Amino acid sequence: MIRKTQVPMREQDPRERIHNFQEVPYGYTPEEAIQEAKRCLQCKNAPCIGGCPVEIDIPRFIAHLAEGDFRGAIRVIKESNNLPAICGRVCPQETQCEGVCTLGKKFEPVAIGRLERFVADWERERGVELPPVGEPTGFRVAVVGSGPAGLACAVDLRRFGHAVTMFEALHEPGGVLMYGIPEFRLPKDIVRAEIATLQEMGVELVTNAVVGKTFTVDELLADGYQAVFVGTGAGLPRFLGVPGESLIGVYSANEFLTRVNLMRAYRFPEYDTPIRVGRRVAVVGGGNVAMDAARTALRLGAEEVLVLYRRTEAEMPARREEIRHAREEGVVFHFLVSPVRFLGERGELAGVECIRMELGAPDESGRRRPVPIEGSEFVITIETAVIAIGNQPHPLVPRTTPGLSVTRWGTIQADEEGATSREGVFAGGDIVTGAATVISAMGAGKKAARAIDRYLRERVASRA
Amino acid sequence: MYTILEKRRLAHGIQEYTVEAPLVARAAKAGQFVVIRLHQRGERIPITLADWDPDRGTITLVVQAVGKTTVELEECFQEGDALADVVGPLGEPSEIEDYGRVVCVAGGVGIAPIHPVARALKEAGNEVICIAGARNQGLLFWLDRLSQVCHELIVTTDDGSYGRKGLVTEPLKELVGAGRVDRVWAIGPAVMMKFCSLVCQEAGVPIIVSLNPIMVDGTGMCGACRVEVDGQVRFGCVDGPEFPGDKVNWDLLIARLSAFKEEERCALERYRELLKEATA
Repeated sequence: MIRKTQVPMREQDPRERIHNFQEVPYGYTPEEAIQEAKRCLQCKNAPCIGGCPVEIDIPRFIAHLAEGDFRGAIRVIKESNNLPAICGRVCPQETQCEGVCTLGKKFEPVAIGRLERFVADWERERGVELPPVGEPTGFRVAVVGSGPAGLACAVDLRRFGHAVTMFEALHEPGGVLMYGIPEFRLPKDIVRAEIATLQEMGVELVTNAVVGKTFTVDELLADGYQAVFVGTGAGLPRFLGVPGESLIGVYSANEFLTRVNLMRAYRFPEYDTPIRVGRRVAVVGGGNVAMDAARTALRLGAEEVLVLYRRTEAEMPARREEIRHAREEGVVFHFLVSPVRFLGERGELAGVECIRMELGAPDESGRRRPVPIEGSEFVITIETAVIAIGNQPHPLVPRTTPGLSVTRWGTIQADEEGATSREGVFAGGDIVTGAATVISAMGAGKKAARAIDRYLRERVASRA
Repeated sequence: MYTILEKRRLAHGIQEYTVEAPLVARAAKAGQFVVIRLHQRGERIPITLADWDPDRGTITLVVQAVGKTTVELEECFQEGDALADVVGPLGEPSEIEDYGRVVCVAGGVGIAPIHPVARALKEAGNEVICIAGARNQGLLFWLDRLSQVCHELIVTTDDGSYGRKGLVTEPLKELVGAGRVDRVWAIGPAVMMKFCSLVCQEAGVPIIVSLNPIMVDGTGMCGACRVEVDGQVRFGCVDGPEFPGDKVNWDLLIARLSAFKEEERCALERYRELLKEATA
């Protein structure tokens, strides 16, 4: 008899966790993991594999897990994904593998993400098996950006035997995994461990290197790199463009989260970077970043945190688990509202005027477009606002790389495998697709690694 | 390793640091800045480049001790010590061309970043007049270096202890009023740049200022450094740091500079207490 519901994962009590930055879920015990793994039907057509952007052989890893063979399980995952501890925590499983799970048609789907997380954590505690590094090819590849796309690309390039140097603009590698996603959702030690694994595999890491400023892509190509992978992400914050947005107390989500995550402002003054949060905080947006900002604000001591979203809960792009966590912690959701201006007192934020929205005809994203209801304006008193309405592609590399084609949205034009308009220059992740998910960026990095490998062996080698 | 090779006291609370940073030195241009971090618990702060030497692989930073980080740099970092991080060169370089006759105005520690701008303008064929001002003689430095990169140097002090008594805006007003000034550059405290901009606006002379908003990453990511120029929101780090002074919303810039005033005071006090405990 199959359990109809997932084996629940124990979590920190919401009343306690809003006072700390420790991870919310505790993860499965071995017994719980085996119990959950046994729910898998092992169906022949395995729709879950197709639902995974990096096509992990999910039934096979779960079969090992169900038998208690954790090492076997992690080996299967690592055939396709080198960063399972991260993906198990941040992937939107409900729209990917779990969304198409056969069991999910009648009951709750298999908790694939939790199982992935379990085996990844199990391995990290017992010592990570380094993926095999290929015979040295003599080729050198520069990976620009050390976020999900760059990390995934770098690992596979090393597996193919190429020398890899990864360049990071900030002082710590990891990209959005370090500056964007909070500690309580993705502990930074996990990201550091994954990066340490990469370095053990021989990836050379250069921090404080802003490609486009410190040196250009063309300089890298002239300096002995035969190929360059650009994974610089969507790092530029978008603002609403309404009056009062520059008042003190209005942050972009990037600033708010970077101060807290990368710079450790939650431990100010022990750490030097400050952050200020008022008693009442409004977060504008409905994605994972908005949930992260709202839950971070609570942990920084805000008494009341509101999420202002211009559509309804059904259209929220955030993972279901993040919405549930936010709600459990006391975040209050206001749907179908949009800020029209921020109000200040002596230069500091004091309130936000919003307008009510209704859903009209579907837009190009397929979601119903929110339309303002005339005359429905109202004011909410707040002391802090965080704008989490998305990010734009980082313009530095496109701007400083002549001949690199970009779209009208500022993303780099690349084919399915990451090849750009410039020979030897490949790109993947948010810089190509616009802001998307960690796993899709990893998938793009992996595809590009294969394309780069082929390019080096066929084109460059034949020239020599 | 971003080792401090030389440290030299220039004036009260103002130090010159020569720091190993070969990649920055190789790419640096006038008007650009770096972001530094002292140690693993440090904050990221932007500092405009005062000079660089690509052959030696060094950059020169002139820093006034005003907050916790800059005070700690002055008191705790000596020759041979290394900064945790130096990243750059960031921001757009100054738009250097042969404008004709250019006045470069520097207020206080702004003398350091105006130096490479004046040098580049002079090399481009401009007639360059520098005005350097400080509260008193004890806060002046690099006058010899500045005089080498301009055709004429005017010095002012608020109390008249050196050079002309008064503010930098007075000789600036005379120069632009007499005509024949094609462009003005001003670097210094926000209030000083604001008043230089007003002088130039009245005289109809274009003025470029180097803004110093609060930054976190310095690469366009956080938006903390947003400033309003000509009614548009621009990022100090990637669109600037230089903007036309007559188009800047100065009141907004000055207000935003005080966003973390309370926290900055608290950090400095705590640092002083810890230092006292450590030396007691």
